[in-house]
Amino acid sequence: MLANQIGYYSLILGLLLSVLLCGVSIKDFNKTNKQVNQNILSLSFLQLVFVIVSFLSLIISFINSDFSNETVFNNSHTTKPLFYKISGTWGNHEGSLLLWLLVLTLFIFLFLIKSREQPKKYRILTLLFQQIIIIGFFLFVLMTSNPFNYLFPIPNEGLGLNPILQDPALAIHPPILYLGYVGTSIIFSSSLAAVTQNYVTKEWGQHIKKWVLVSWIFLTIGIMLGSIWAYYELGWGGFWFWDPVENVSLMPWLTLTALLHCIVVLERRVSLTSWVVILSITTFTLSMCGTFLVRSGILNSVHTFANDPARGIFILIFLFALIVLSLGIFFIFHKENNKSSNNFFWLSRETSILINNWFMMYFLSVVLIGTVYPIFLDVISSEKISVGPPFYQKLIVPFLIPFLLFMSLGPRLKWIKSKIENKNSLIITFIISVMLTFFIIKNLTADLLFYTVLISAAFFLFFTTLKELFIKKFNNISQTVSHFGFSLLILSILFNSILSSEIITNIKIGERYDYNKGEIFFKKIEERKESNFNSIIASFEIKDKNGKTIELKPEIRIYNQPIIITSEADIKTTLLDDKFLVMNLVKGNEYFNIRYQVKPFMVWIWISVLLLSLGGLMSLFKRKI
Amino acid sequence: MKNKFSLFVVVIFLSFCFVIFYKGLNTPNNYTPKVNEKKNVPTFKTKDFYSNNYVNSDKIFEENTFYIVNIWASWCVPCRTEHPLLMQLSKNKSIKLIGLNYRDNFNNAKKFIDDLGNPYSRILIDKDGTLGIEFGAYGVPETFLIDKNKDIIKKFVGPINQKIINEIKLIIK
Amino acid sequence: MKVLKIFIILFLVTSFSELKSDEANDILKNKILKNIRCLICQGQSVYDSESEFASSIKLIVDRKINEGLKEKQIYQFLREKYGDWVIFDPQLNKNTYVLWLLPLLLFLFGGAIIYKKIKSNKNNKI
Repeated sequence: MLANQIGYYSLILGLLLSVLLCGVSIKDFNKTNKQVNQNILSLSFLQLVFVIVSFLSLIISFINSDFSNETVFNNSHTTKPLFYKISGTWGNHEGSLLLWLLVLTLFIFLFLIKSREQPKKYRILTLLFQQIIIIGFFLFVLMTSNPFNYLFPIPNEGLGLNPILQDPALAIHPPILYLGYVGTSIIFSSSLAAVTQNYVTKEWGQHIKKWVLVSWIFLTIGIMLGSIWAYYELGWGGFWFWDPVENVSLMPWLTLTALLHCIVVLERRVSLTSWVVILSITTFTLSMCGTFLVRSGILNSVHTFANDPARGIFILIFLFALIVLSLGIFFIFHKENNKSSNNFFWLSRETSILINNWFMMYFLSVVLIGTVYPIFLDVISSEKISVGPPFYQKLIVPFLIPFLLFMSLGPRLKWIKSKIENKNSLIITFIISVMLTFFIIKNLTADLLFYTVLISAAFFLFFTTLKELFIKKFNNISQTVSHFGFSLLILSILFNSILSSEIITNIKIGERYDYNKGEIFFKKIEERKESNFNSIIASFEIKDKNGKTIELKPEIRIYNQPIIITSEADIKTTLLDDKFLVMNLVKGNEYFNIRYQVKPFMVWIWISVLLLSLGGLMSLFKRKI
Repeated sequence: MKNKFSLFVVVIFLSFCFVIFYKGLNTPNNYTPKVNEKKNVPTFKTKDFYSNNYVNSDKIFEENTFYIVNIWASWCVPCRTEHPLLMQLSKNKSIKLIGLNYRDNFNNAKKFIDDLGNPYSRILIDKDGTLGIEFGAYGVPETFLIDKNKDIIKKFVGPINQKIINEIKLIIK
Repeated sequence: MKVLKIFIILFLVTSFSELKSDEANDILKNKILKNIRCLICQGQSVYDSESEFASSIKLIVDRKINEGLKEKQIYQFLREKYGDWVIFDPQLNKNTYVLWLLPLLLFLFGGAIIYKKIKSNKNNKI
């Protein structure tokens, strides 16, 4: 009711402010005073306030279960717990767009505050480019995806939120992810501004690095949260499915990581400038492209929002307009740098960063082509194919081997010209990695040669970074921590995949099931009632060969609105492994179908991603040299 | 001029992508596996509904006539809506209807037939859904039109309507 | 001596193939099920799905494995019924050459660009 009105008109005011901001900025652009007009900062802040007000209005409507609001009706229910009523605000298409606007306006305001020492014209241009994006989204929301549509007569009850979305990890996953994903907009805008002003320099590199780091950290953790949710809620113990929506968040991460490495070069010398600008443009373009793929209904996925081709057409045109604009600016304004600082020897850190870009672009092309190729094929020849995990694994995993090796050697090289120091210690480390790997896995897998090479490479990176952490240099510790985290990630994933085991069987209450490593005892079931679901909780005792017993209590839940039956796994996590048990009803039977998995080193996957981000965080707070 | 050339390439490429995505928006997303090549009726053995005896696919399709294989279940709501049309079609002399009772309980299925009528010259049991897969079905209701050469010439996913009935009647003339 | 050699080889070979045939069948079955798309679910594999269609497919795959069919033959069987779309691993055929080869071509292209850059750096050395 009232919240609806406030929310809607706040959006209109926000849009008008965009137009006003553009006007004032353009006027201020040619004025000779050094500082940006104070009014501009105030107006930007006001715009942020309006978006916050609009967002809060929607949240309030959700909390009050105000079903006169169409979005609330479609996505909520009176019996939902409060926490999920709130998080349901951004769990739908319209609400998540408000989140987009929130991050867009927040970041430009913070940018204006934190860039006071930067050249005025550059700051104004950044604002203008960002406002173009903001206006586009305001129009998109107001014209096709209004969160404040009225419903009359007012329904008594809502349609409810899909229960698999009612999970804490999924509740915070969008905000964190968007801070990264949408935050790349500021990198996009400021790169375009820098290009037009011929300001792609060392100073600009040092200034923009913080923004790249902030986006990157949030994006990394956001993706991790999505995987954690999938592991606990969705797939049977899987955490990455190469599903289009997952790919869509991974692609900007790949380019953002490459960009981060290029910025590390740029902050020291004016080199790789074209790469920096192109990567900045590409990262946000991929974010927009991802939005298109996920919200237009063009792709088939577990995660897609409700589809609507009209929205798809709007985003498509918007996306291509941004691409044309940014590429146009790049081609017109970018000056190739031929100074000597752009020159470097083949064996140097610059080259290793170029190689990093090369591999990142390759991984990006695999994910991008795999995701959009079915669309192209369908339109061109009406043939439908599926591109699933085997494709991505076959094309990416082999290339990880040289990638890991380059990652170990690259940071040891000096700038411009270098030689590999301490060759002997490197060779010894390499031999140790290979031998260690061989002894560990020789009885575990059939693909002995392949896994030996791959895991050796990961161990090589692991040991070289570990050595640097303990013995030597603290001047590059953030990078070492991140690279160490990455090696740990690869090792965890590989060992987890080789060593995981699973038992699938049908079992009755009171029955005992013997398998070669222990026994499973189906003790009993209990029933429980919650506010929006009834559940059957089973109690299983699992005894291993050593006589150690653990209890696992998987659930089957029957939600009331919408009526959906879900299986909730029970997972016992230790540093050594996760024990995962999930059960399902067998139709028309007193049997339950259970899947019991032992997944070694599962938690290390999450820990290593946190380490990866920690390195980024350390770089953010590092004192200037 | 290198710049101009790469600019040209980029423009062409982007236009191409735009067109593809635009068209992609308008193509329907739900995949209905097409019957492109004529596929012969699969060979199988299954139980007859009423007699509970095993019967071979050769025997089921032995006559020189058109056949319809209709996959149905008592728990399937759209099957009820299409049933009268099947009753109507069964009166046609040029075609025989074979029913495939999919993942169903015998008593419920029998009641369905007793209540709504039996258009089928024979009903087969598909308790676990695997026979449906032999036909390339993935749900209920689905209907297959088989010609005198024992080829599956048409597949209809979802309940049949009058339009489909007319189409079938045209073919079997 | 020869007998001893044969004995050693046999010993080594069998110590590497510790999996019983049951387990091997199970592993193969799971591998296949993860590669089949559940046609009535949004993008899940048959392995991950508990739908009716998925359970029927699981039974069929089980049957076919017991009949001795190889992995490729099982995929071919399903492809004939449902089209290429039902298998997650895109086969290399005229429809998918671009899919598989384009990333590799781009990789080589990227490598060529880097090589050129480094060479031109060498020539520009002060």
